[in-house]
Amino acid sequence: MPRQEQEYDDIPGTFVFDAERSRQGYGINMFCMSLMKDENRKAFRANEAEYLKRFPLTPEQTQAILDRNYNRMLELGGNIYYTAKLGATDGHSFQHLAAVMTGMSQEQYAAMMLAGGRPVEGNRSKSGKEKRRKSGAKRG
Amino acid sequence: MARIIAGAATSHVPAIGAAIDNRKTDQPYWQRVFSGFEKTRELIAELRPDVIIGIYNDHATAFSVEVVPTFALGCAPEFPPADEGWGPRPVPVVKGHPELAAHIAQSVILDEFDLTVVNKMEVDHGLTVPLNLLFGSPEQWPCPVIPLAVNVVLYPPPTGHRCFMLGRALRKAIQSWPEELRVLVLGTGGMSHQISGPRAGLINSEFDKAFLDNLTRDPKKLTRIPHLEYIREAGAEAIELVMWLIMRGTLDEEVDEVYRFYTVPASNTAVGHIILENRRAK
Repeated sequence: MPRQEQEYDDIPGTFVFDAERSRQGYGINMFCMSLMKDENRKAFRANEAEYLKRFPLTPEQTQAILDRNYNRMLELGGNIYYTAKLGATDGHSFQHLAAVMTGMSQEQYAAMMLAGGRPVEGNRSKSGKEKRRKSGAKRG
Repeated sequence: MARIIAGAATSHVPAIGAAIDNRKTDQPYWQRVFSGFEKTRELIAELRPDVIIGIYNDHATAFSVEVVPTFALGCAPEFPPADEGWGPRPVPVVKGHPELAAHIAQSVILDEFDLTVVNKMEVDHGLTVPLNLLFGSPEQWPCPVIPLAVNVVLYPPPTGHRCFMLGRALRKAIQSWPEELRVLVLGTGGMSHQISGPRAGLINSEFDKAFLDNLTRDPKKLTRIPHLEYIREAGAEAIELVMWLIMRGTLDEEVDEVYRFYTVPASNTAVGHIILENRRAK
């Protein structure tokens, strides 16, 4: 069954970790959780693909992990607090991961944050529905 | 009887903890953040709390996707700092108040809030960073802390209204404790931030300032903010702000804002902080 469309799916660049994604991404998140133990980090580094066989992952999920495609992991049910553990295993800071997910360099991302962050204007809605609703409300 | 002497709320950004642990607090970037909490430490010292109710969320540390309790009350005698991947933070063990916690659990559950009772739990930066901001870096935390962990990671978290009402129930529980105790209620998390996906880095200072204003003036209005609005307007992780409404629910309708601090950014997040006291009779 395809994912049921949710109201928050209209927010751009955002994968809400809801019950459906949690169900779907259980394997991704439990894999990431396993990296809290040093012996598991060592086993993962020694042979990533082999280590991932311990978890219930779809081929797409396995590929997203091997590719370190963080946005795809979120889309397939990963949660950021879990995937950050994979980032830490690779020696990356949280801000590095944030930059990767936004397609920026870490320097560009840090500069954006220092300048006040990403503005909400233009980042509310993919469909433009929200904008229309707001201006409609003003007229009413 | 026990009484609630004040409510405080603050962001719990992990990078703030890392700055403390790696002795970077004097760097200009971090000085901007920490200078805002100098007054806090004075005010909290004057308030002399005997016990703190520490409302926070666990970040895939004590709980994983295996078990996700919506409200989990820490009833243990102590809560060690967790290893979040870089070794446990070099902060004191959080000592609980098991007798008061048991009393709260009993009172609040009979008040129809079905808390999960937790007798063994490690605590992460969500709780220990705010304790640093209130107390600095002492050898021991100056008073016991009862952790109340709220799920804000798996959508949907409890609604703002539900959180506010839990605060009302906590208040009733605390006020029915026979012993003299000065209780500080601490809400943590927020303010605007999104740390995941291509929209990461979102900050909405206007939203944050309105939230801070209404926390004193019109908290009922805040309880009506739907989850969708938190996420859209202030970022996916801004939904943590519902935890501030538990704190607000424990206070009187009429409160005074004693202190406020706001700055952008700490790492990926807007930092907000407020201290509220019940309005004194004139």
